[in-house]
Amino acid sequence: MSKTTPDHDRDRNRERDSEATFGDYGGQYVPEALMPALQELEDAYERYVLNNEDGFMDEFRERMRDFGGRPTPLQRADRLSERYDREIYLKREDLVHGGAHKLNNALGQVLLAKYMGKERIIAETGAGQHGTATAMAAAHLDMPCEIYMGRTDINRQRPNVYRMRMNGAAVNPVTAGSGTLKEAINETMRDWATTVETTHYVIGSVVGPHPFPKMVRDFQAVISQEARKQIQEQAGRLPDTVVACAGGGSNTMGTFHEFVPDESVDLVAVEAGGSSLEIDEEANLAPNSATLSTGTDGVLHGAMTKLLQSEDGQIVESHSVSAGLDYAGVGPELSHLVATDRVTPASVDDDDALNGFHRLSNLEGIIPALESSHALGYIEEHTDDLGDLVVVNVSGRGDKDLETVLEETEKRDLEAAPDVEVFKE
Amino acid sequence: MSDERRAERDSRETRTGSDDQERPVSDIEAAIRENDPALITYITAGDPSLEDTKEYVEALDRGGSDLIELGLPFSEPIAEGPTIQAAINRALDAGTTPQGFFELVDDLETEAPLLVMTYYNMILQYGTSEAHSASDSRAVEPRGKPDVRPFVERAAEVGLSGLIIPDLPAEEADPLREACDDHGLDLVFIVAPTTEGERLETIMSQVSGFAYVQARLGTTGARANVSGATHDSLERLSEFDVPKAVGFGVSEGDHAAEIIEAGADGVIVGSALVDIIAEHSSDGDAADRLEAKAAELKRGARRGAGEAVDAEDVPEPEQP
Ligand SMILES: Cc1ncc(COP(=O)(O)O)c(C=O)c1O
Repeated sequence: MSKTTPDHDRDRNRERDSEATFGDYGGQYVPEALMPALQELEDAYERYVLNNEDGFMDEFRERMRDFGGRPTPLQRADRLSERYDREIYLKREDLVHGGAHKLNNALGQVLLAKYMGKERIIAETGAGQHGTATAMAAAHLDMPCEIYMGRTDINRQRPNVYRMRMNGAAVNPVTAGSGTLKEAINETMRDWATTVETTHYVIGSVVGPHPFPKMVRDFQAVISQEARKQIQEQAGRLPDTVVACAGGGSNTMGTFHEFVPDESVDLVAVEAGGSSLEIDEEANLAPNSATLSTGTDGVLHGAMTKLLQSEDGQIVESHSVSAGLDYAGVGPELSHLVATDRVTPASVDDDDALNGFHRLSNLEGIIPALESSHALGYIEEHTDDLGDLVVVNVSGRGDKDLETVLEETEKRDLEAAPDVEVFKE
Repeated sequence: MSDERRAERDSRETRTGSDDQERPVSDIEAAIRENDPALITYITAGDPSLEDTKEYVEALDRGGSDLIELGLPFSEPIAEGPTIQAAINRALDAGTTPQGFFELVDDLETEAPLLVMTYYNMILQYGTSEAHSASDSRAVEPRGKPDVRPFVERAAEVGLSGLIIPDLPAEEADPLREACDDHGLDLVFIVAPTTEGERLETIMSQVSGFAYVQARLGTTGARANVSGATHDSLERLSEFDVPKAVGFGVSEGDHAAEIIEAGADGVIVGSALVDIIAEHSSDGDAADRLEAKAAELKRGARRGAGEAVDAEDVPEPEQP
């Protein structure tokens, strides 16, 4: 009854698939109106990012150095090394301008949008770090910028809301659902579908339709390019284990990318275990965001990947004490690396993440983001699974999280926590 | 599906396609070509309940719909504006499932063929959830790979004539299109204001049923006027010999008239009908109002085609 597809179209689709996907994952599942923009972006990515046309990558690296503060140190953590009786090195992405790895990607994409002649920047944000980085990059490069952020996240990440406003960005609250990252992405996609001809959507992680997962990974790969060189210079060899936290997975992919071909190096992606790993289908809620560990294959926000979903295919609300990990999806390349056993998924619950937060603050004088604290929780809880030489990515700093940490710490009996009574009144 | 319609489908003549191969005209293409100018209506299944939906669909059918799209609700409707988003939330809150949806369709007896409008993940998961509930296993156990075929098989079984998947562009559609081809279902593609040049050719070569012409950039939602993008899009599509129906923003008979006059074969109306449901489902007169609205839209479309419209031609129920 229906026409069958001409063979040449099928062949073209197949050819294209090999580039747009990672094994079974990835692709471009978006409304038709956005497809020409994705094609335009793919062309720009190939020309400017992959082929350094017009010196794009030179300008990007220079701005990352002078404005962004790169390279970041790879610091030996003396007291953690002593505690775990092995060498622990911290990749200090908390020292990037804005306080997180997010600037690597935001600056790259805003600069690319400028090269493409776009007039307006939009972005979504969970923890507010990506929104902050995008607002900073947009101010730096003189582009108007609007950020979508869920209500819940606005309430738990106020300092970043202020920072976005200070840098001249408009912050649009999103009230749908549980008011977190998933809803903010939906709303940004709706804006983009209306304004696609003049606007670039700076997606905040290695998620979304092709070419975003590859392009964001390439902007973040600077983390592992530096870390791989630094660890060889400082420790004289490659690490045994590399650990990073995974929300969408941008710092994870950035930290792993250069090590993927090094088969002796174990790569561990640490997700938010929240309060439990079970999905409550009745309440349509996963009290975690451990997508790689517990999710199933499906399509969300433009890509085939692992998802937290009900049996019928409804996406469930996720939960984490850290806003930046609170997402029911994950990057398709990470799903692929887990499916092919190159990356080991792990999860750390809210309590252990909070302990990780306090421990690093106490022992090393570094206040980590609650997101990064999951990676620090992992090395405490899984010391026996680590090799002798370990790199942990500190993806961001925790100033934004102080209020949440005080509140959550007060509710629990945490072994690593200082006395928080003193902060009352 | 009604026996009458089944018989009609079976007896319908085949027509010669442009490639000189005999192929039957699908239910959907026939519904548009035979009723040109056609009225295509959309509501969300399960809003506010599946029983209500049955009544509303029958009202839209009586009101003169030539095709009816039923939304199978998905939690992340990125192509929808606030009106349909809210309807989807009401339907999900009411516990609407794919199983319930298919039972509803199986139960419906309409003149107009029915299409399902949903998002790709719902199609992918149907097979895995079937296998899942059959074995009654727990959520933590691994389940099968997503597969589009069980959904399409079930859709054909209950008498659906086609699918519209707003987050499935032609580039990703091979598996679903193959399954639809095997079961005689149409897979309708959307042509956006940004679809031009080679992409337009590719999509138009894959169109089955009709081309869904998106009237304006952005999401669904009733608007006060017809966008200039509609005229541009119809102009670009004029060389292609496939039925064209325009949707996104159409809410009044006058819009329908303007769109048909601009060269469309049909108009698609969703949010304006969903608004009626949102406002009147609790008073109990939503069905009558839906019927009246459909009739108004159909009359508008006929006016746009230059037809004299009189009261006998299209039923005009009394305004409640
Ligand atoms: C400091 C920090 N780390 C990690 C993440 C999680 O994102 P991703 O997994 O993409 O790195 C965020 C997100 O906001 C973040 O702010």
